[in-house]
Formats: sequence, C-alpha cells, structure tokens
Amino acid sequence: MTDRFNLYHYASPATFYPLAGRLIPWFAALAAIFGLIGLYIGMLVAPTDFQQGEGYRIIFIHVPASWMSMFIYLVMAFWAAIGLAFNTRLSGMMARALAPTGALMAFLSLWTGALWGKPMWGTWWVWDARLTSELILLFLYIGYMALVAAIDDPRRGDKAGGLLLLVGVVNVPIIYFSVKWWNTLHQGSSVNLAKSSMAEVMLWAMLLVALSFWMYSIAVAFARVRTLILERERNADWVKAELAGDRP
Amino acid sequence: MKSRHKKLALIAGAIAVFGIIVGLVLNALNSNIALFKSPTEVAAGHYPKDQLFRIGGLVKEGSIQRQADGVTIRFIVTDTEHDIPVDYVGILPDLFKEGKGAVAQGRLQPDGTFKAQEVLAKHDENYMPPEAAKALNDAHARGVQKQAEQEAAATAQPKKTY
Amino acid sequence: MIYWNSFSDFLAMGGYGLYVWGSFGVTALIMASEPLLVARRRKATIARLKRQLRAESRTTDA
Repeated sequence: MTDRFNLYHYASPATFYPLAGRLIPWFAALAAIFGLIGLYIGMLVAPTDFQQGEGYRIIFIHVPASWMSMFIYLVMAFWAAIGLAFNTRLSGMMARALAPTGALMAFLSLWTGALWGKPMWGTWWVWDARLTSELILLFLYIGYMALVAAIDDPRRGDKAGGLLLLVGVVNVPIIYFSVKWWNTLHQGSSVNLAKSSMAEVMLWAMLLVALSFWMYSIAVAFARVRTLILERERNADWVKAELAGDRP
Repeated sequence: MKSRHKKLALIAGAIAVFGIIVGLVLNALNSNIALFKSPTEVAAGHYPKDQLFRIGGLVKEGSIQRQADGVTIRFIVTDTEHDIPVDYVGILPDLFKEGKGAVAQGRLQPDGTFKAQEVLAKHDENYMPPEAAKALNDAHARGVQKQAEQEAAATAQPKKTY
Repeated sequence: MIYWNSFSDFLAMGGYGLYVWGSFGVTALIMASEPLLVARRRKATIARLKRQLRAESRTTDA
C-alpha cells in the first residue's frame, strides 16, 4: 500500500506547505502568460461579431469567470467530501482557501453579465433560471464563508461548512443545464465537449483566458492555504521552526 | 474504518434525498421557473390572467411597424405555430431584430394583442465574424435552393433559433 | 493581424466601450487586489504567530 502512504504523505499539511510554496510562482507565471496571450488575441486580433459588434468581447471575461465560479465550487465540494469521509486535516483548509476566489468569480460572472445584458438584451438583470441560479451560487459562497468564520473550533467549522457545500452542490448542474431545462433569456451554451458555435479565433482566446483564470485561482488558493496551515498548525514543531527561521 | 463507510453512506444518502427533493420542487415550480410563455401556450390559455407575464418567441419577419401615433411599435411574436401581435412604446434593445428572439413583458388585451411594458432581445449562442455569418447564410441559402429543386416544391421549415 | 485601425477605435469598442471596459476594469481591479490582500493577511498572520511564539518561549524560559 505504498500508493496510499504517498497520498497521505502529500495530504499532510507539513509536506503540502513547502510544495505549495514552490508551485505558486509557476501557477502565477502561467496565469500571466495565458492571460496575456488570450487577451491579446481576444481584444486585438479577433474580428467583430456579426450580431453583437464589439460588445461581444465581454465574453472573454464572462465565460471564464462563470466556468471558474462553478468549477471552484465543485472542487470545494470534493474537498468537503474527502474531509467528511476521511477526516483529513488539509481538506477543510483547501475548501476555505478556495471560497473567496470562487465568490469573486461568481461576482465577476454576474457583473460582466449585467454589463453585457444591458446593451444586448435591454436589461441589466432578469430573474431567469440561469441568472438566478448563478446568484444563488454567489450566496452559497458567502454563506459558506460566514458559516466557517462563525464557528470558533476550526475542525467543527470545516464539518459544518462541508455539509453546506455538499448540499449546495446540486445548484451547479442546475446552473449549467438551466438554459436547456427551462426557457430563459440567457442563450444556450456556445461551447461544450462535443461542439462549439464560436469562430475558432474567438474560441481560442476564450479558452486561454479560462486557463489563465484557472491557474490564477490555484495560485491564490495555494497562497491562502499556506497562511491557514501556519495558523492551524502553529503548535507543530515544523511551524515553529519555520517561524523561527527568518524565511517568510 | 466502518464508521468512515457509514458516514460516507450517510452523506451520500443525504445528498441523494436532498437532490430528489430539489428535483421535485423544481418540477412543481417548472411553470414558474420558465421566464416566458410561448404563443402556443398563450393560445391554449396557459397564462396568468390578471397579472403581468412574459411572452417569448421570434419576431416575425416583416412584422415591425410604427403605428399612426408615431410612438407605438407593433410587431408579431411567433413560435411558427401561433402569432401574438405586440404593442410597445419605448426603447428597443440593440439586438431586437426581425427573425430573432424577443421576450416581452406585459398584459394580454381582450382583443388578443399583447400590451408590452418591456421588450428584451434574446440572442443565440453563435459568435462569428460578419463574413463568416454571410458565407454561412449564403451556403444555407444555396442548400435550401438545392433542396427545393430536388424535392420540387418542398417548403423549408423556418429554423428555430431562439 | 491587429483588427483595429486606431487606438480610439479600440477604446470606443464600437460604442460599447463603457460596457466592455467596465467589465475588464472591474475584473482587473479584483484580480490585482485579491493577491495583495492575501499577501497582506499572510504577513500579518506570520507577525502575530511570531509574537506568540516569542511570548511562549519567554514564559518557558522564566
């Protein structure tokens, strides 16, 4: 069972802390590179859209932010499930570290959506199934952060927060399929695994920005989880050594 | 180990039950989650009688006209089976066009017209440069023509893009 | 390769400048400030933990 041993080894905060520290600059660099190339193509090279003119360029932020808002939630729910099932220490911290970034992505999705909807649809907001379920996602993030912050015992906070995350996970497929299941003002998906209804250059720009947002989220979450680890494991010898040695 | 599995099963069970409940609730609310009624639903009488509601469909080709008073715009919303004439005074969104999707909020008048207070445009999920759209359109037109020739007098179904 | 004819065209975004730059501006603002806030929090936490550690070692020394 060496595999299993390794998994637990990397899931231990003491091992993960330096690993995350080494990986952060790489993820940050990838985020910058993908973001710059994606925005260069999307904002400077890509042609105009036949229906929406230059206004469609909001898609290069809107879709990546929306994808990440759903994806980060799924990752948090995954860590919550691991934490509740195996009682691992790192999982709760991972979920906490991801939450603010997920909330910001959900906010950006709604914000850019409003700025896009006003000129194209004629309204900033409409209570259709897609927009409403994305708003619920933002509330789930905020609710999770408030809940774990309100419980003093960190491990109990992780458990309560984990349950909320798992219960709320049904909202993610609702967001994704809302445009299929009900009639909405929001149009259907332009991109899925089978097909894309976007011109290739536009699609590439969007995918690159999405990749950039992904790398960015990992970098920020790793940075946050390192602080959480120090705080929680402050009585461990390795943390004391880390703090005593003047390395930040 | 055992308690771990038990916990796992419990959590999985809780999610499943919650999912089923949410599914049932959503199903029950289905008609309210839908943003708008189609002209066919309205024709069948499935709409709230004494309150605002939304209708949605395609703006019929060639149906947009300015009324004699100079401010009212009349157009027809269709789902190709039923038509609803809509009267609207106000600013139309940039993407409001004939042959494209639109959603209007208002009340159905006794004479069968729909008096709208708000008109929104619903666009599709296609993004491409104008040349590509034109090429696609031409190819589509050629295809339709060919098909028409082949099938003699076949009528091409209007594409449902909303 | 570049789609735009002039910088002012680029800024105007075909009349959608306010909406496009409003989206990109807020995104840039958020993605620039989030890492800064995380770094600041980290510094503050480390400083606090160090203080606690020193206080602890003093009490055990005495």
